[in-house]
Amino acid sequence: MTVPREMPEKWPRVRGPGGAEEERRVRANAREYNEKFQYASNCIKTSKYNIVTFLPVNLFEQFQEVANTYFLFLLILQLIPQISSLSWFTTIVPLVLVLTITAVKDATDDYFRHKSDNQVNNRQSQVLIGGVLRQEQWMNVRVGDIIKLENNQFVAADLLLLCSSEPHGLCYVETAELDGETNMKVRQATPVTSELADISTLARFDGEVICEPPNNKLDKFGGTLYWKENKFPLSNQNMLLRGCVLRNTEWCFGLVVFAGPDTKLMQNSGRTKFKRTSIDRLMNTLVLWIFGFLVCMGVILAIGNAIWEHEVGVCFQIYLPWDEGVHSAVFSGFLSFWSYIIILNTVVPISLYVSVEVIRLGHSYFINWDKKMYCAKRRTPAEARTTTLNEELGQVEYIFSDKTGTLTQNIMVFSKCSVNGHSYGDVQDVLGHNVELGERPEPVDFSFNPLADPGFQFWDPSLLEAVQLGDPHVHEFFRLLSLCHTVMSEEKSEGELYYKAQSPDEGALVTAARNFGFVFRSRTPKTITVHELGRAITYQLLAILDFNNIRKRMSVIVRSPEGKIRLYCKGADTILLERLHPSNQDLTNVTTDHLNEYAGEGLRTLVLACKDLEESYYEDWAERLRRASGAPEAREDRLARLYDEVERDMTLLGATAIEDKLQQGVPETIAILTLANIKIWVLTGDKQAPGSPCAETAVNIGYSCKMLTDDMTEVFVVTGHTVLEVREELRKAREKMMDGSRSMGNGFSYQEKLSSSKLTSVLEAIAGEYALVINGHSLAHALEADMEVEFLETACACKAVICCRVTPLQKAQVVELVKKYKKAVTLAIGDGANDVSMIKTAHIGVGISGQEGIQAVLASDYSFSQFKFLQRLLLVHGRWSYLRMCKFLCYFFYKNFAFTMVHFWFGFFCGFSAQTVYDQYFITLYNIVYTSLPVLAMGVFDQDVPEQRSMEYPKLYEPGQLNLLFNKREFFICIAQGIYTSVLMFFIPYGVFADATRDDGAQLADYQSFAVTVATSLVIVVSVQIGLDTGFWTAINHFFIWGSLAAYFAILFAMHSDGLFQMFPNQFRFVGNAQNTLAQPTVWLTIALTTVVCIMPVVAFRFLKLDLKPELSDTVRYTQLVRKKQKPQHRCARRGGCGGGSRRSGYAFSHQEGFGELIMSGKNMRLSSLALSGFTARPGAAWIETLRRKKGGESSPDTAAKG
Amino acid sequence: MKNKKSSAPQEAETRPSRCPDNSAFKQQKLPAWKPQLTAASVLSTFFLTGAFCLSVGVSLIVAAKSVREIQVDYSDKCSHCSKLRENSSNWNSECLCSINITLAEDMLGDVFMYYGLQNFYQNHRRYALSRSDEQLLGRNVDVQNSYCAPFATYQNGTPMAPCGAIANSMFNDTIDLFYNFNSSVIQVPLLKTGNSWWTDKNVKFRNPESHNLSAAFAGTARPPYWHKAVYLLDEEDEKNNGYINDDFIIWMRVSAFATFRNLYRRISRKGQFTDGLPAGNYTFHISYNFPVSKFKGKKYVILSTMVWSGGSNPFLGIAYLGASQWIVQLVFILRSQW
Repeated sequence: MTVPREMPEKWPRVRGPGGAEEERRVRANAREYNEKFQYASNCIKTSKYNIVTFLPVNLFEQFQEVANTYFLFLLILQLIPQISSLSWFTTIVPLVLVLTITAVKDATDDYFRHKSDNQVNNRQSQVLIGGVLRQEQWMNVRVGDIIKLENNQFVAADLLLLCSSEPHGLCYVETAELDGETNMKVRQATPVTSELADISTLARFDGEVICEPPNNKLDKFGGTLYWKENKFPLSNQNMLLRGCVLRNTEWCFGLVVFAGPDTKLMQNSGRTKFKRTSIDRLMNTLVLWIFGFLVCMGVILAIGNAIWEHEVGVCFQIYLPWDEGVHSAVFSGFLSFWSYIIILNTVVPISLYVSVEVIRLGHSYFINWDKKMYCAKRRTPAEARTTTLNEELGQVEYIFSDKTGTLTQNIMVFSKCSVNGHSYGDVQDVLGHNVELGERPEPVDFSFNPLADPGFQFWDPSLLEAVQLGDPHVHEFFRLLSLCHTVMSEEKSEGELYYKAQSPDEGALVTAARNFGFVFRSRTPKTITVHELGRAITYQLLAILDFNNIRKRMSVIVRSPEGKIRLYCKGADTILLERLHPSNQDLTNVTTDHLNEYAGEGLRTLVLACKDLEESYYEDWAERLRRASGAPEAREDRLARLYDEVERDMTLLGATAIEDKLQQGVPETIAILTLANIKIWVLTGDKQAPGSPCAETAVNIGYSCKMLTDDMTEVFVVTGHTVLEVREELRKAREKMMDGSRSMGNGFSYQEKLSSSKLTSVLEAIAGEYALVINGHSLAHALEADMEVEFLETACACKAVICCRVTPLQKAQVVELVKKYKKAVTLAIGDGANDVSMIKTAHIGVGISGQEGIQAVLASDYSFSQFKFLQRLLLVHGRWSYLRMCKFLCYFFYKNFAFTMVHFWFGFFCGFSAQTVYDQYFITLYNIVYTSLPVLAMGVFDQDVPEQRSMEYPKLYEPGQLNLLFNKREFFICIAQGIYTSVLMFFIPYGVFADATRDDGAQLADYQSFAVTVATSLVIVVSVQIGLDTGFWTAINHFFIWGSLAAYFAILFAMHSDGLFQMFPNQFRFVGNAQNTLAQPTVWLTIALTTVVCIMPVVAFRFLKLDLKPELSDTVRYTQLVRKKQKPQHRCARRGGCGGGSRRSGYAFSHQEGFGELIMSGKNMRLSSLALSGFTARPGAAWIETLRRKKGGESSPDTAAKG
Repeated sequence: MKNKKSSAPQEAETRPSRCPDNSAFKQQKLPAWKPQLTAASVLSTFFLTGAFCLSVGVSLIVAAKSVREIQVDYSDKCSHCSKLRENSSNWNSECLCSINITLAEDMLGDVFMYYGLQNFYQNHRRYALSRSDEQLLGRNVDVQNSYCAPFATYQNGTPMAPCGAIANSMFNDTIDLFYNFNSSVIQVPLLKTGNSWWTDKNVKFRNPESHNLSAAFAGTARPPYWHKAVYLLDEEDEKNNGYINDDFIIWMRVSAFATFRNLYRRISRKGQFTDGLPAGNYTFHISYNFPVSKFKGKKYVILSTMVWSGGSNPFLGIAYLGASQWIVQLVFILRSQW
């Protein structure tokens, strides 16, 4: 690997002209040298403010909001005396309130960011400084430092792996936090550095790394290590990235290459883009419309003012001369336009945005507090990480779900098996029904076996009995499972075995064999030691015929202690059943039935077979194998042919069925969500078995979680490899669907519809249920620009869509596609880093928390630990949020229009002079005190139907999807109601006050009495209205509604009191008004009449609507009978469905190719495990001695002590 | 794997439970009243409301019917005075006007005399603002900084007392009522105090403190349109002079609309007028000072009696009857649907 050193030309300058880093040079143990490049330190900062910058920065950010700037502009207008129709404080008080609330929220958020930053920055790590290891905080780690990591520690920065406790500088990491993959990955130091195993040599290490600048590509790294006049290429294989966890490695040393914000983890966690809900967008549009409306009103009134001043005002000048500087009626009209803009600005209420935020925050807390979304096992409550999307949860139409870790637990459980034509593993209760998990009888007792894994459970005792009775078939079956695999074992102390399996499937199988008494104990490159029913037997491992995706099987050839050579093979049924000896025909038939049954339950199946080999045949074969593996060309083909030759005419032993364990409640959740008209698409990354059409595993899951059912008319599987194939397959699928619906013959002429050229309409009329399964290759074509619409239409016509083996990017593309063409709200749920892109793309991203990877959670808007909580999140919280938000907005616009439009009508009676109807204090407080809390309480607490009902009647979710509760139409209804109210609010008092006098003859028709009367009736009317709107009167609602009314009167009397007037006579001019006006029966009769005529039509309208066109929620709410109706049956026990072959698992091992080779080379064997295995191994195995010598030569202090 | 197992119990000990509280509030299970719009409740509400509106409407109309009211447009009838006043140079010349009216029936009980103005925009923003409540509270203020402009100070800097457009435009006609009884003419006794709100008279308006009123207003000048200074508004009654003059206070309470009536005098119930105004012929003697024809306004003098709902005000009663009618119709619609 060594090449003569030369100056690298690839990265000519360290810093580019724009200050962007173009390459990175890092010299080990040379802080001064590295400092001159000013690389970022390992201190991370996600917070936005500090104490000094908070106020200016936060205010600056807040005034970037259009609404806030608008109110600032109003405030400035109000300071101009000629047009100031209202005092400045009517705007500044709400504005300051809004700014303060937002600032407090921002400050709290930032405080928590500070806290988490500090926590991360203060983690300890061991840094090699001046030849000694020192404990340092993470933030003090510098680029170029060498740090030591121990087992199970987080990697502090992006490191170049120098050496490790393991042989060959190997080191295992778990990258769950980075990419969500929970299996372990191997990293290896470059050979030249892997020998630097002790501190003194490391301290002298002065290699220089020149590499690419920081970027966010997790799987790529390019660089060169220059050391001792040589250069060594570096790749991602040599890197330990921040966020990984060191596993199964005692210790390792690494050189810090990227630190803090430059690390790939931090580069990946870009600031998430701010998501807005559809209601937000609608609200912004509406506010713009209202603004336009406001300008229109301003113009009308300004024209009115100009005319009035021209016709009337001119004559009235003796009593009321024009202001200085006003010389014409037109100019006066111009001024009055601005005055009216100020007065009427309350139609665009400043408190709207802040109230919406408060409501959403409340809803978020309810999600956080929900006990029913708390997972006791993982100790994680649900968390609303974004507080601005809640109501959108009530509008979801498409759910995109990851499979592994989201729908399934990624735990494989040995669930059933068929041995010699007998099926084991079914558990039936007394009635003969399949029993649900948790209600099962006692599991099989494995206490006879001291080596049994306590975590393993099996419920069918007959299998254990068969083992103990010595059934040779069963014994051979488990022997195969204990021998034919690539699992590594580790035995920390006697009897405490740990298996390190490359795939969970294999682990499950070996663990099953272990518990049934065939314990795989240890392995060396040439032997496998197994405890068979208490007896230690060491098999000689002759060959591993490794797995790959074409073969879909793996075999081992072992020599038993008796000297017999045997081939054990396990693999996909489709492949293996063809390779059996013809004499197995009867058994094959029975086993096939069993396999179908297993597959029908969504289990992953695997067929086991074995074959005795003649010594002479084997010798010959082995010789040919040796030659083939040494061959320079076509090695793979020749090996494959040899493997193929030997794996023939085998004897069938049986079949296993592994349950890819679903998360709790997944089928029920999917069933309910489907009933709620939500379409669920499963997008699975399925990293297992690259290169094979593996739609089967995903389909299995589809069946087991009830996405696919036998009732479905057809499941289309699209696996085309070329554009044309995919297009053809999609076309056929559509044709079939249309044929199907035509044959249903439900009266429509589809031909006609077809001619209307719009495919969608046809597809929407599809009868029957279809499902689409598409794999990654085909998806890539389907997502191309010219086919995406076709694909989308086909997919949307199907009830269920499963996309398998899609890349993270494709996941995002699929979501984007639906977002783009369907205008529907999408939700993506996933647990791994491969889901991050789709979580970020979808309108709502949900992360499954409580698992090891947190990338998905970090990118998500909501997180909880079980897929099943999704139904509660959407059907209960989402639905309520949507309902509450819609009711809130309707009421909010209503009350502001009712409030403001009165000024408009009054304009016609006061010479368009921008005189307000109300006292200025009333205008200031109306939105923030008198009417804010009741509507907030409704927005936070309202419930139309109890939560159980929304689960029982998933159709209740539909109004949200169709956006029925708040749309432009509803908005206009609210506005109309508001204007109607304002008309009555003005003209009834006008009629009364035109020539009213008090009962004592004194005047009543004065401006101040009129103001108080209108204000009081307004407050009463909107309070009654909120009372009508509130469907769920908790104590808080009572308190706020009655409290607001009480507050109105209290404040009214206080404002009109003598004391305040004595202090500020010019400010509180309404002195004595409240008690004088409100003592008049006429005034109260006016208020009562206004209330009656404002409210009664609303009540009548609502009642008629309820009676004539009831919503489902109304029915559920009002009909007591509904309770007695039976609950919809979610759990339709699917028993023994006769699945077609397409569903059966073409089982693919979920592990990487090439592990067989690694085992046979002994490269990944640790000395400790080798030593332990020594006591069963035959003495004198030469390879052990060689390895020991080799190890001894390296003489690492740690391993030496161990050894 | 093994690490995970071993660390789990540790976490359990160190980390407090993250399980949310099981409180009714946090679980959204607060006890609540869930009102329902049922046929019974809606219809009975409508019925009760309808009945309420009907009864209120009827009683209001009955009450309004019993009010006796006479309204005379004297800006029309005294057209010679109107013409005179149109030319502002004649402001100082007096103009008297007499108007005869006949009461066909007795006006029993308290009888109130109002002046009414039409088309006078007291509710105009700039007009309504043009006052200084601080000054009217008898405090020494710099009216220059108030909203009184241009009626704040004279050119020479003398502040107007009271300042502002409202005060300046104060209604200054004097109206007297004479009863023509058996060819003799009896002046109807009128009360000029007790006509304003108690709070206005006692809280909102105060004269500056001083040993006598003219001294209190020293250094100020009367508003330009006034004929006499503020401390001469009522020379007979110290308690009705200056800022606390009832006529002034009533004028300062600006009206809600451009057409309005203000209480001018109450009939003092003594002598022949103990029961009110007997039927017969009366004459208003009006000193016509306040010009209205310039802005196409009208002036009225109104005599009226009172009931519990105030004066003659048919609107509210009719509105209530209309509302009840309407509710009955709604009930019928609802019934037919139900």
